[in-house]
This record gives sequence, structure tokens and C-alpha cells, in this order.
Amino acid sequence: MLNDKGRSTRSETTDEADMTASTFTGAKALDVEEALIFEIGRAEVTGVDLPAPKGAKSRLGAHARKAPLDLPGLAEPEAVRHYVRLSRKNYSIDAGLYPLGSCTMKHNPRLNEKMARLPGFSDVHPLQPVGTVEGALDVVAEVGRWLVELTGMAAVAMSPKAGAHGELAGMMAIKAALQARGLDKPVVLVPESAHGTNPASAALIGFEVRPIPARADGTVRVEDVRAAIDDRVGALMLTNPNTCGIFEPEVAEIAAAIHEAGGYFYADGANFNAIVGKVRPGDFGVDAMHINLHKTFSTPHGGGGPGAGPVVLSERLAAFAPLPFVRMEKGRPVLVEDASQTRAGETPYGRLTAFHGQMGMFTRALAYMLSHGSDGLRQASEDAVLSANYVRACLEDLMTLPFPDHPSMHEVLFDDRFLEGTGVTTLDFAKAMIDEGYHPMTMYFPLVVHGAMLIEPTESESKASLDLFVATLRDLTLAAKAGDTDRFTRAPRFAPRRRLDETRAARAPKLKWEKPVAAE
Amino acid sequence: MKLYTKDHEWIAIDGDVATVGITTYAQGQLGDVVFVELPDVGKALTKGGEAAVVESVKAASEVYAPLDGTVVEANDKLADDPGLVNLEPEAGGWFLKMKLAEGVDTSDLMDEAAYEAFVQTL
Amino acid sequence: MRYLPLTASDRAEMLARIGVAEIDALYADVPADELLVELPDLPRARGEMEVERIMSRMAAKNLTASAAPFFCGAGAYKHHVPATVDHLIQRSEFLTSYTPYQPEITQGTLQVLFEFQTQVANLLGMEVANASMYDGSTGTGEAVLMAHRITKRRKAVLSGGLHPHYAEVVATLSKMASDAVVRMAPDVGGGEDLLEQIDKETSCVVVQSPDVFGRIVDLAPIAEKAHAVGALLVAVVTEVVALGAIEPPGPQGADIVVAEGQSLGNPLGFGGPYVGLFATRSKYVRQMPGRLCGETVDAEGKRGFVLTLSTREQHIRREKATSNICTNAGLCATAFSMHLTLLGEAGLSRMAALNHEAAIEVAEALAQVPGVEVLNDTFFNEFTVKLPGDATALVEKLARDEGILAGVPVSRLLPGAGLDDLLLVAVTECSTADDRAALVAAISEAL
Repeated sequence: MLNDKGRSTRSETTDEADMTASTFTGAKALDVEEALIFEIGRAEVTGVDLPAPKGAKSRLGAHARKAPLDLPGLAEPEAVRHYVRLSRKNYSIDAGLYPLGSCTMKHNPRLNEKMARLPGFSDVHPLQPVGTVEGALDVVAEVGRWLVELTGMAAVAMSPKAGAHGELAGMMAIKAALQARGLDKPVVLVPESAHGTNPASAALIGFEVRPIPARADGTVRVEDVRAAIDDRVGALMLTNPNTCGIFEPEVAEIAAAIHEAGGYFYADGANFNAIVGKVRPGDFGVDAMHINLHKTFSTPHGGGGPGAGPVVLSERLAAFAPLPFVRMEKGRPVLVEDASQTRAGETPYGRLTAFHGQMGMFTRALAYMLSHGSDGLRQASEDAVLSANYVRACLEDLMTLPFPDHPSMHEVLFDDRFLEGTGVTTLDFAKAMIDEGYHPMTMYFPLVVHGAMLIEPTESESKASLDLFVATLRDLTLAAKAGDTDRFTRAPRFAPRRRLDETRAARAPKLKWEKPVAAE
Repeated sequence: MKLYTKDHEWIAIDGDVATVGITTYAQGQLGDVVFVELPDVGKALTKGGEAAVVESVKAASEVYAPLDGTVVEANDKLADDPGLVNLEPEAGGWFLKMKLAEGVDTSDLMDEAAYEAFVQTL
Repeated sequence: MRYLPLTASDRAEMLARIGVAEIDALYADVPADELLVELPDLPRARGEMEVERIMSRMAAKNLTASAAPFFCGAGAYKHHVPATVDHLIQRSEFLTSYTPYQPEITQGTLQVLFEFQTQVANLLGMEVANASMYDGSTGTGEAVLMAHRITKRRKAVLSGGLHPHYAEVVATLSKMASDAVVRMAPDVGGGEDLLEQIDKETSCVVVQSPDVFGRIVDLAPIAEKAHAVGALLVAVVTEVVALGAIEPPGPQGADIVVAEGQSLGNPLGFGGPYVGLFATRSKYVRQMPGRLCGETVDAEGKRGFVLTLSTREQHIRREKATSNICTNAGLCATAFSMHLTLLGEAGLSRMAALNHEAAIEVAEALAQVPGVEVLNDTFFNEFTVKLPGDATALVEKLARDEGILAGVPVSRLLPGAGLDDLLLVAVTECSTADDRAALVAAISEAL
């Protein structure tokens, strides 16, 4: 387009100087600097119009608030602008490939959001008379039915609030079962490659954690498990597919070994998305497994939650499922909230949270399940596995695979041997990906691999998207090997911020805004 | 007399009191130290048992007691300035002083030359 | 399938590039007899229209709060949330971003968390707050564990005014961890002798205010007794709008404050997801569970924010972590923060005043109904009513016959406690004068 003087709108020149130019506002065009609400808001401003209270009466006793709260307000346009500007400083799955291994950043369908916002789900109280919320109980029961069917298990506890909470729920069921059998088996076997939540969840309720080494091929061997088992071992926690992205070949034998010893098999279901509709955890001996609805069933990650972590339970553990739960009777849902409402064979160990769990995540997950169907769920798993192996095949000549002997599942793990001698670290490599418009992969996890890079493309990417991603990583790898270290060690250069000083943040933590002290 | 452990603690023994810290090599491996958790004065330490925790941004490592004894002083300066561990690991960045138990056995600790040779093998 | 971009020819090309003939070759590590041949016995894929039809039918079976005169509370409250909030949290960049592990490209989420932490600390009157917990009840369980770590004692004393679900969460966790819990009897009359229970073995005393029966509790004497024996006061708030009107727990001596933040920014949603607020004194920050966002600078010296003090957390500390918590309630915390930013102190104070005056109106009217007794001396927006008969029967009758959701029977939370004649009535700014009159009339008529 031409301007009113008829001049070309093309810039005359572009050169290196443009890259470092600064602006008066600190903005870089669409990327605008935004102050804190405490710096721009005012105590007397409000963005919500409410009627004026009439009453002079008080039933607060002696406890009426006297001091100010220091909570600034913004008028609606100010608030909208504040949050829209902040939002533009975030990467998101809607904007690009998000290859965080173990996190499953797949597409979040907007139908799910619409369904969760139906007033019949979003605007009902958890303690309304049960007869007024049968549709809500139907959702809880239906999501549970899908999970039980897809995993081949006996029962499900729906209330855990997130994956780690689900681990806790499952380990509590195991502890309750051991206690019911009068067994003192306080040791849990956990592979070194496990998510940190596994040992943390077990330790929280008094289990002792005994590590099992990972073999050189990235798998756990039944002989190592047998060697670690003694009569104090009550459970094994194993992620399958594991955190190296490999389906554990000896998982059924491992399950049998722990069962023979009188213990239980807890599976971390974080990577269930690789095997939905392909193989059922119940068939390889799992006793309890949490399912991250925010990974496998696409509920949005929301910048760090909320998640949801229902736990499926085997016949051996089903009786111990925590309160509350929904039991189907003659096709209608019955809510069991208290031990007094249980029947023979139901011996819940207690309650994990107020109310009934993450209903808003159940509605989203149900929309996803109904949309995919069993055929779509299987296809999604296959496409996730296919995409990870495709990325692997396109990169394995340049980058280094620590475990080349096994096919990958939904994610492919590289190590940093290919960067040896380049002066570029895994962290530098990741930061350079930011400049190329990608969110980095998971770095330095699992811990059993040096400089780990765990890539999970998910089933949501087109082949063209995967091809560009692969081409980018190839270009970066070649640049690192060619000695262009500046491109890495100085990265990111084009993000809203350069690298942040985490040491400073940790040495003298500033965890909330404080009014600046007025200059003398 | 200054001795070293394979876990990279140093211990400087002066009569029945010893000063303990982590080595220059150890702080280099940890990176920027951001926090040090020190034991209370009076705490009994056993050789090889946890005496303190040193944290960098992304790691937390236990510091083990090189010998048996009782804590008589902790280096309070580290609370405000944990970076001392990086700047002067074997001087101002010491962790604690302990009164050694009777008849402690130092035979499996290394002297400086032996420790340097040990680090070369890592 | 509309969510899967790969076509059959893409798949064939990709398999060829990988060098395998069929997808199952990539599942070679799965024992052949375990690989499913048949699809699971579940329905097949459906279009958007069909899914919407099925789920709308399920939703339509429920009586919504907005469709009825509505007086349920007991830890979940119906408040007006500005339309702006739900729009903003659906911005792709908030909704579909992960935990901000790469701070250079997640400053949006991080700055919101920093603002959230400051708002929460100021609202609760505390020095430092974390980036949120799952909800108030699980936060209370975490607070007890944190108190155990700080005091190196393992006994918690729970007030009888603590929400029974919260008390059960603590009791379950404690039973599993072999910790001691003293759970006081339901404190309907407000006369429990909590101070008597606090001794030198006590790690913490957990007190809710306003309590589950609606009464506002004087925390200062409890804090004083706890501190005198080296124990901590954990204060719980299930209705944060109350803090627009009443003194926050911090200045009354609370060491840890846990609150349910659902009231701001978040819908009732049949119980979740909600957002736990968690705050403490600065000196205890390293014993705190959950994520923390802190201020720092980038390589050019510009202010920026990062997740910090991570060495407390499970991904580094593993079995020695302060908690197993991994996620926070990110988007719910974002909604909370946005709503509170829109309100500001002026708006929150007004909202609180409206709640309080509406509740007073209903309490005074119900007190005039023969046979009905309002048990509270003090309350904010919820109070306990003693009825001449069974509260559950009344609530179900009013829901069925009048379409009124009259409140939460105490027996729903405490079955078998002999409190079947008690009803919790919550009145918020969402109720109209007509709703309130309808409730009072319907109760008078039904009795």
C-alpha cells in the first residue's frame, strides 16, 4: 500500500544496527512493555459496577476490617489491555509446535471449552440435592467408564486434582490394601529414570524409596527388580511407556515379580497417550495408574494447571477407592460421599479433596473422548508414535540417540554427545530454538541421560509442520558443529526477554511487589 | 591439618575443633550457590551422615560430616551471602565448626595431594 | 478425524522414511499377545454437532444456580464474575501455554503469577504467597505437613469449625503418614475449648474463619496460645470475599493461611477446578509447598520474572521435596487475579458489603419464622439455621416443588452427627430481593 505522499512503504535499508536499536517506550512493535497492576492501578478505581450497599447494619462483631488492603483496581479497558499485552509475551500450542517431552502439548479443541461452559455443568453447586445434578453425575460416571474400558482395569477414583495427586491417591490405596492384609511392607521400588513426583508421592505417606538402576538400553530389567525385592517391598512405581520414551519390554514379568512378592504395581500414566486403544495397562499387570486428563485427553494446560488425575484401580485395589465415588444402579448414578453410604466390599480409605474432583476437566475430556471415539483415540496414539519416530528418523544421523536399540513411543530422547566440543550446551541449543520460533523440548530430563533432550511432537502436527521443525533442528545442529556458537550462547535474542538471572532470583527472593521507598 | 573426602568436603583440624566446607572443585560443579542449610549448634554429627545442604538454582546436594563430632558454630554469613561458597570455598565460605569426638579416625581421609590426584580421575 | 492433520499418504511416507512397513512395527516392544486387535468397546468418532447434542442433553438434566433462587455455600460460592475474565482466560496464550519453564517466552504467565502472589499476600495479610495450590482443602493438608516440618512435631489440632471435607483431607493424609490428629467435635454453638487442646506436642492448630457454620472467629487468642508452646496457627478461609469486610488472618497472628479462591473469577463448576491460596511468613518460605515466581533481571538488565526456589520441589528434591505437587491451578489463579484486578479494593469492599447486607436481610427474616432459629451471633454471608425438622427433607422438597436451592444441610457434610435439623444458608450479591423473599416464604410455608 502507498501512503498519501505516494512513497513506497518499503524500508530503505535493513542492517545489523536495526537489530540492536532501542525505542523510547522499550516496546518492540507488537511486543509492548507492561508495568505491574500495582504500578498502574489505583485503590479507588474499579472495573466492576455494583449497586451501592444500603445497610448500616453489621453482624461482623468486633472483626470488621480497618486497615486498607493495598489492592489496586483497573477500569475494564485498562484491565483488558493489561492482560492482552501480557498474553502476547507467552508461547502457546495454538501458536506453534510445543515439543515438551513428557508433557503432551497437543491441540486443545475449542468444543471442549464450549461444553465445559454449558451452565448445566459450570453453574451447578457441588452440594446441591443429588436429584438436581444427575447430568453432572452422568459425566463423572461416563468419563470413568471410558477410562476403565481403555485401561482394562476394574474401577476408577475420579477425585484426584492432578497427576501427582493421583499418584498419592493410588499409593494410598496400596498402603490401605497392605494394611488390610496386615502386612508391613514400607519400601517402594522406583527406577532412577522416574518423574520426581513418584518418589515424592511415596515419601509423603511414609514409604521408603529404594531406587532401581536403569540399564544401558534405557529400560528396567526384571532381574534388577527381583534383585531389589525383599520382604519389606510393598510396591513398585514404574512409568510405562517410560520416561526415555520406550515401552518397557519386560513390564509383564516385572508386574508378576512384584505380585509374587505380595506387592502392588503402580504405573505412572503420564505417557498413556502413546498406547490408548493399542494395549491396556490392566493386561500387563498394573494395579493402579493415574491418568493425566491434561495430557492424554487434551484439557488445556493453562500455564500450569488446573490438571486432573483420575486413578484406575485393579480388582485387588478397587475396594479401597477413596470417597467420593459414583456407583451406577439400574442405569442411574448414585453418589457415595460418606463411609456410612458404602456397601459390603467398599472400604474407602478416606477423602482426598473437598467435593468431587475436577468436573470442569471431566466435561472437556468427555468432549474429547466422544469426538475421537475408540477409533480416533487409537489413531491419535498411532499418529503420536509415528510423528516421534519420524522426527527421530530425520535427525538420528546428526543428533545422538542414547537408546538406539528400541523404537520410540510418543517421544524421542536425544543426548548431548552430538554437541561435544562445540561449546554449545543443551540449554544453549534450547534457547536457540526460541529464536527460531519454537518452544524448546524438555531438557535435562530424564536424569539418566547426559544433557537430555526429550522431544514429543504429538499427533497434532501436520507433516509440513514436522518437516520444518526437523529442518530447523538440522540447521541448528550444523551451525553448532560449524562453530557458530554465538547463535546459541547469546540466544534468545528475539524473545520478549533475554536470558533471566535465576541465581539472583534465588539468592535474594523477591516474591511480591513492594512499594518503592520514596527517594530522600 | 587439612584433609579431604571423596564427597568433596574439606576438614581443617585444629586440636579438637575442626572447620568443614566444600572444595573448590565441588563449588565449580554446583555452579552458583544460592542457599546453604546449616545445622543447629549442638547437633551431633556422625561421619558420613548429613551435616548441611547446599543448593544451586537447579540442584540440592547434601554435605556429609567428614568425622564424628558436635556442631559448635555455623557460618551465619552464608545466610546473607551464599555466593561466598563460590568466591572463597576453602576460606570465608566454610560451613561449620565441629568439636571432634574422642579418638576419631582420619585414616580414610585424603591429604591435599591425594585429593588433587583423586579429582584428576573424575 | 478433524483433530488429526496426517493423511493416509502422509502416514505412508513417514513409515517409509522410518523404514518400517506398518505402524505396529513401532510397537515391537509390546508383547504381541497384549496388542489389541479389536478396538475397545466404546463408541466411534463423532462430529462436533453430535457431541454437542449429547453433552447438552446431559447438562440440561441439571438445575443451574442461575435458574433458581440460590443459597448454597459451604465452601463453594456463587458470585458475579465479569464477562471480561472468562474472555481473557480463553486467550490462546494463557489457555494453551505450559508451566513457564522457559521464562523468555512466558513472561505473560509469570507476571500474572507475580501479581497473583502479591494480591494473595495482601488480601490475607501475610508476607509471602505461592503461585497457588489445587484448592483450599488440599492446601490445608499441605499446610499441616508444612507445620510438621517447621516444628518437627507431628500432631495437628483441628477446630470443630473447620469444613468437614477439609478435616477429612487432613485426617486421611495424617492417617497414611502415621501423624496424629485431634479432630474436635462439630462446633455448632461456638463454644469449643480449643486452647485446652494445644500442648507441647502440638505442631499446629487449624482454625477456619468464618467457620463452616458461618461464625467469625477471633484468631488472636488462639495464635497466642499456640505460639506460647511453639506451635503454629494455620488459618483457613473458604469464602475470600469475606476479606473485603473482615480483618485478615495475618495481623491476628496466623503463621500459615490457606484459602479457597473459587469465589473470585471461578464458576461453581460442581466442585472443581478451584484454586487454593497459600501464604505464610517470609522466614518459612523454604518450607513452603508449590511453585513460586520471583522477580529478577534479564541479560540486558530488564525486569523479568522466573520460577524460583525450585530446590524445594519434587523434580529436584524427589523424596525429600516439601510436597509432591507439580502443577498449580494456573488458569484458575489467573481468573482469580483478573477478577480481583477488576474489582480493586473499592470493588471488593462493595461486593463484600452487598453480601453482608443481603445475608443480614435473610437471617433477620428467617429468625421471624416460627420454629426457626438462627444460631449465629456473628456471620459474613453464610449462617446456620436450626429447623423444627429434617433439613435435607426441606431442601429436597423446596428444590422439587419450588425450584429453590435453599442451602446445604449440615448432615450432607456430617452425616450421622445428629445435626439433621441444621441448614447452612449462604446469601451473595447474586441473589435478588425476590429470591430472598421467595426463600423465606417457601420455608415458612413448608414448616
